[in-house]
Amino acid sequence: MTTPAHLKYARSHEWVKQDADGTVIVGITHHAQEMLGDLVFVEAPVVGRKLKKGEECAVVESVKAAADIYAPLSGEVVAVNADLADAPEKINADAYSSWIFRLKPDDISELSGLLDAADYQKITDQEKH
Amino acid sequence: MPTTIRETTLHAVHTAMGARMVDFGGWDMPLHYGSQIEEHHRVRRDCGMFDVSHMLALDVSGDASHALLSRVLANDVDRLKQPGKALYTCMLNPDGGVLDDLIVYFFANDHYRLVVNAGTADKDVAWLTQQRDHHAANVKLTARRDLALLAVQGPNARARVFQALPDVHDAAEELPPFHAIQVGEVMIARTGYTGEDGFEVALPAARVSELWQKLRELGVTAAGLGARDTLRLEAGMNLYGQDMDESTTPFETGLAWTLDLKSARDFIGKAALLNARPLRHALGLVLLDKGVMRSHQKVMTAHGNGEITSGGFGPTLERSIALARVPSAVQPGDEVAVEVRGKPLRARVVKPPFARNGKIMTVI
Repeated sequence: MTTPAHLKYARSHEWVKQDADGTVIVGITHHAQEMLGDLVFVEAPVVGRKLKKGEECAVVESVKAAADIYAPLSGEVVAVNADLADAPEKINADAYSSWIFRLKPDDISELSGLLDAADYQKITDQEKH
Repeated sequence: MPTTIRETTLHAVHTAMGARMVDFGGWDMPLHYGSQIEEHHRVRRDCGMFDVSHMLALDVSGDASHALLSRVLANDVDRLKQPGKALYTCMLNPDGGVLDDLIVYFFANDHYRLVVNAGTADKDVAWLTQQRDHHAANVKLTARRDLALLAVQGPNARARVFQALPDVHDAAEELPPFHAIQVGEVMIARTGYTGEDGFEVALPAARVSELWQKLRELGVTAAGLGARDTLRLEAGMNLYGQDMDESTTPFETGLAWTLDLKSARDFIGKAALLNARPLRHALGLVLLDKGVMRSHQKVMTAHGNGEITSGGFGPTLERSIALARVPSAVQPGDEVAVEVRGKPLRARVVKPPFARNGKIMTVI
């Protein structure tokens, strides 16, 4: 699985996609779902919650373990992906189309502080060895 | 802890299949080959196979075999009269704590086979050797690392084994549950750790890759320790080192039914058990709220706190389930709270098993 070049990445294995309306969607990477194994539960943040960059804001649980999801940018949660409530396995099937929550960023320039695909790929390559 | 991680004969086969490997009891073992949940369902609905060669087959032979096992095993060894009969039992320390849980197979009064856990195998051999030497008994203990162990489990498991090993068909077709038979170099046992029908096969390690390949060609799904864990949890079976250890008596981990406390026979740990007044017992939990229970989480009940010993997601129930050690007054049907990641979630107390033979056994 290649790391999509049009997304930005956090070291804690979230991906971020900027949409035309200025909001961003957030999910976990293919590498993250592979390390976790079959996902069985997603706890998304509450809509309206204000997040600080780096704050714990959601949880994914697999057959093996629970993992925290950290806010990659500061902002307000404006939507969550309700499809995942009954079908968390969609993240295993396609991590990059299974967004978990949508954020209205306080300062979109924070996006440039995240990793691009090539740099994120280097981190996961190191973790695998 | 061992300094080097050990590998079974099938190790290269697992890695070639793309298995995610994990350290289990000092062995590098497959966790899953892609999807743990799918492997779990294949075993409940059809047939899966597990490499369990990390477990140790330990042969006990010689005139005093029966005397030694009568002394060290807590279940009634005298129930083993028919050759091939198997018995699940604990081996206890003098305080009644569980040194290991194992299956003992009886072949003759001077020939038994124990199959013990991987992580406790060295300790078990040392303990049995010490007990034998203490009684100067004529017993030979032979660790059979020359054998590989394969568990083939599920409603279609026996049929697949007969297709792969036609030589054992006639001898093993009528084999009742919890019995084994030796056919040439191959031991076929109708035992397992999944709550499904099936066989555990012990055979020369040199032959295991061929059997694995044949079973794969017959459509048997390779399953890893992840599915093995969720299957045994749904079946309400204990995992040594997690649900019990040397500090736990069988009373506290749902294994009172395996104890022979009525016969006149003395065994190590018996005196301690007869004087024990256990304050806690083991029961099952089904989570009513959304989330996943995990081992070591706190259980809050009307009668005091308890602890989850094994928790996770039960794919057959499509809910989180757990085994927990709770105050003795807690009973099936009670509602309790489990502290999951800082939040109290509601759970129903049930009597395990949760699922067996493809069916859900608990009503929530």
